[in-house]
Amino acid sequence: MVAADEPGTNGQWPLWEVFLQPSGGAPFEHAGSVHAVDAESALQNARDVYTRRGEGVNLWVVPSAAIVASAPSDAGPFFDPGNDKPYRHPQFYTSPRGVRV
Amino acid sequence: MAADSAAAERAFDARIAAGETIEPKDWMPERYRKQLIRMMSQHAHSEIVGMLPEGNWITRAPTLQRKVGLLAKVQDEAGHGLYIYCGTETLGVDRTELVDQLLSGKAKYASIFNYPTLSWADIGTIGWFVDGAAIVNQTMLAKASYGPYARAMVRICKEENFHKRQGFEIIATLAAGTPEQRRMAQDAVNRWWWPSLMMFGPNDKDSPNSAELTKWGVKRKGNDELRQRFVNLTVAHAKAIDLVLPDPDLRYNAETGNWDFGTIDWAEFDRVIHGEGPLNRERLAARNKAHDEGAWVRAAASAYAAKHAPESASRAA
Repeated sequence: MVAADEPGTNGQWPLWEVFLQPSGGAPFEHAGSVHAVDAESALQNARDVYTRRGEGVNLWVVPSAAIVASAPSDAGPFFDPGNDKPYRHPQFYTSPRGVRV
Repeated sequence: MAADSAAAERAFDARIAAGETIEPKDWMPERYRKQLIRMMSQHAHSEIVGMLPEGNWITRAPTLQRKVGLLAKVQDEAGHGLYIYCGTETLGVDRTELVDQLLSGKAKYASIFNYPTLSWADIGTIGWFVDGAAIVNQTMLAKASYGPYARAMVRICKEENFHKRQGFEIIATLAAGTPEQRRMAQDAVNRWWWPSLMMFGPNDKDSPNSAELTKWGVKRKGNDELRQRFVNLTVAHAKAIDLVLPDPDLRYNAETGNWDFGTIDWAEFDRVIHGEGPLNRERLAARNKAHDEGAWVRAAASAYAAKHAPESASRAA
C-alpha cells in the first residue's frame, strides 16, 4: 500500500470529508476535511480537529474522492425543474374565508 | 476565448458585488485563486508557527490550571492551522506543497512569532494582544467572499475568545500581584505592544495586496481601520488593570472618537518580515525539527494502514 511520507500519488495521505451531527436528531453538517491513512484514523483525526469542545455527538468521514457533486455552472438548468411548479407549495391553494386549514 | 473569460470575469465581479459566496468549484479568476492561496496559506503557517513561542512555556506554567489552559490553547492553534490548510486545499493546492514551502523558508508567516517569550507574563500578553488582534482581523475575514475561508474563520473566532480571555486573566493576575510581578507584566506589555500593532500589516496606502483583496470581498475592512479598532478596545483593558501602553502619543481624539497613536517603526516590520527578526532562524529550525521527529509517527500510521488494508477496505464497502 502506502509508504511513510510518500503516500498516494501526490505525496500525501488520502483526503476525507468530515460531517458532524451537532446533537442527537440533528442533521449531519459538513465541517471540513482531514488527511488520514485509513477510515479509522480519519475518524480519530476528525474528532481531534473538529470536536474539541463537544461540537458533535456523531461523525461521518467520507473519502473526498467518493463525493459526487453538481456543477455550479449548471445550477440554473439542473435545479430548474423545481422552480416553476408553484402548485407544490401550500400558498398556491386557497381555502374558504375564515377557515384555517 | 478572451471574450469568454472577460464575460466570466464580469459575471464573477457581479457575484462579488451582490455579496454572494464563492465556492470551490465555482469559476474564479486565476488571480483570485492565487491571492487566496497566498493569503490563506500564510494564515495557516502563522497558526502552526504560533505554537512555538507558547509551547516554550508549557512545562514552566506556574500552576496546573495555567498549564492545562495553555496546552488547550496551543492544541487549538494546531487545529486552526489544519482548518485553514484544508480550506486552502479546496483551491487545488496540496497541503504537502504548502508545508514544504513553510519548512524550506519560502513561505511567510505572521512576523510577531519571531519575537521571544522571555517571561510568563509574555504568555498572558500574547493572549491579550496577539489573539486580541487576531480576533479583530478574523471577525472581518469571517465575512470573506470565499466560502471555505469564511467558514474556517467562524470556527476559529469562537475558539480565539478563550485564548484572549485566558491571556488577559494571566496578565491581570500579575498586574494585581507583587511589585516584581507588576514589573514583569509591564515589561511584557512594553515589548509586545508595537509588534502587535504591526500584525495588521502596512498602512493601506503601502499595502500591495489590500486593494485587490478588498475589491474581491476577501477583506471587508482596511488594515488601518482594523488596527484602530484594536487600539480602541485595548486602551480600556490596559486602563482597567493599570498597565501603561508604551506610546507617549496615545491620546483620545474627541472629534473622531478614536485613540490616536504614535508612528509605527515600519523599518523594524520590514526587517522581521525579511528574516532578520530576533528568532526567525530558530523558529524555522524548531519547526523542521518537529516535522523530522514526527516522521516515525507518520511511518507507523502508514505501516498500520497497510497491515490492516483488507479490513478497512471491507469496512469502507
